[in-house]
Amino acid sequence: MAMDVEILEDPKHHRYVLNMGPQHPSTHGVLRVLLELEGEYAMELLPVLGYGHRCHEKIAEHKPVKSFMPNTARMDYLGALIYNHGYAQLLERAAGIEVPERVEYIRVITSELNRIQSHLLWYGAYLLDLGAFTPIMYAFDDREHILDILEDVTGSRLTYCYFRVGGVSKDIDDKFVTSTRAFVKRLRSRFPMYEDLVNGNVILQNRLNDVGELTPHTCARYGITGPLLRGTGVAYDMRRAEPYSIYSQFDFEIPTGTKGDCMASFMVRFHELEQSLRIIEQALDGLPEGPIMTPKVPKKLKIPAGDYNSSVEAPRGELSYYLVSDGSDVPYRLKVRTPSYSNLSVVPEMCQGMLLSDVVSAMGALDLVIPEIDR
Amino acid sequence: MKSYFSTLFTGAWSLILGLKVTIKALFSPIVTCQYPREKMEVTPNYRGHIDLVKFADTGAHKCISCGSCMRDCPSDCIVVEGEKREGVKGKVLTIFTLDFTKCSLCGACVEVCPTKALDYCNDYELAGFTREEFYFDLLKRVEERE
Ligand code: SF4
Ligand code: SF4
Repeated sequence: MAMDVEILEDPKHHRYVLNMGPQHPSTHGVLRVLLELEGEYAMELLPVLGYGHRCHEKIAEHKPVKSFMPNTARMDYLGALIYNHGYAQLLERAAGIEVPERVEYIRVITSELNRIQSHLLWYGAYLLDLGAFTPIMYAFDDREHILDILEDVTGSRLTYCYFRVGGVSKDIDDKFVTSTRAFVKRLRSRFPMYEDLVNGNVILQNRLNDVGELTPHTCARYGITGPLLRGTGVAYDMRRAEPYSIYSQFDFEIPTGTKGDCMASFMVRFHELEQSLRIIEQALDGLPEGPIMTPKVPKKLKIPAGDYNSSVEAPRGELSYYLVSDGSDVPYRLKVRTPSYSNLSVVPEMCQGMLLSDVVSAMGALDLVIPEIDR
Repeated sequence: MKSYFSTLFTGAWSLILGLKVTIKALFSPIVTCQYPREKMEVTPNYRGHIDLVKFADTGAHKCISCGSCMRDCPSDCIVVEGEKREGVKGKVLTIFTLDFTKCSLCGACVEVCPTKALDYCNDYELAGFTREEFYFDLLKRVEERE
């Protein structure tokens, strides 16, 4: 792990600085964390960002609003459809475009599939960080089914660009509906297996319980959202707090934890899988017929002057887009609020004084997607 | 003391439960595909890079060199040029190139085309050592295609 070890000047403390990343497997991308260690305890932590910065927000200021859609998928490659959703919704709100009902259903179904896919990848990769190699194989087995389903309708496997302003690019067919239903059934039947294989495991319990505890107050100070916040017992989910699209029509619960430690957010994510399945089932049952595109979307979409906001629940927390328009078809400014950025900012406080191996547990529980932090 | 043993027991039991799952998986059918010896079927809806479509009725592409795709592409990866020729109505396509290194497969070009001349291809085995390997001459590709 050691890439660059530097003995600090004060020999009394025997503190030394260690780079974790930017190529460390448990940072899942190019995140670098400077650790100041005393023995095996991390006394100070400093995340260093910028390795994956691609100026997405600046790019948005230079092209027509509609052209930014593919960029949204590149920010959070695991929640691409949800990022598409937030952006499409932003432009629809700004330009006052009504979306056909079928489109809303398709968006919800595919977004929830995307969320499950993201959680399954996190599930496998997190356990891999903790030293358990097998679970990722099981998680990927299930995840592969979602990728196949989504590939058939969106054409891509990861960085989807499927939603359009006022609709979606391709209609779903009977094959999609049957394979999604089959998947829902399959994943449900696999939950007991996951419980046996992982969740009850004594090693996991000992590595996650009481590690990286957060309180609602800390979350509020850092702007932490998503499963981490829900793990502390606050049932805050954008799908409920500010229901967008057609989420208000569905019956689902918001899983919460109590202790706010790694185990709590772990279980919150695990239970969210089931809730997403419930939403998908209800949406498939109620799927109406109809067009998949609003007919009246102009080719050159001019956004009336003003500022607009749209927030959605991404797999990692609250995602918002904030658009300031001067009346042209190019945004004056587009600000993206991504959840992982705020979630990461708690690391120096949360991990202070932790054992190095617990730092890996705690950071893995944040479910960081680095390109979303460095966008 | 009692709790020590009960923890020990539940801990050991949780490991046995986990092992049961893996042993069961050992005897269940293989789910992986041994690429490249085996290949999976790709859905026809897969978005590979774009290609000009060869229409069966005319045996040619239908691009009218209007340049809409070029203008709509968010990453400027398409170059289209056409020229007027005597005795031919409209413009004749002379250059159609795609710089796939920059393409994000957004689909804007395919959707904007007035004659539906573009579609995604199904190639997914794309790997190369140089950038130039991904500059595709789509006009040449469509002419060479069966
Ligand atoms: S798919 Fe998008 S990025 Fe690629 S060539 Fe077409 S318009 Fe350009
Ligand atoms: S939009 Fe269609 S017809 Fe126009 S230049 Fe592109 S491929 Fe040709």
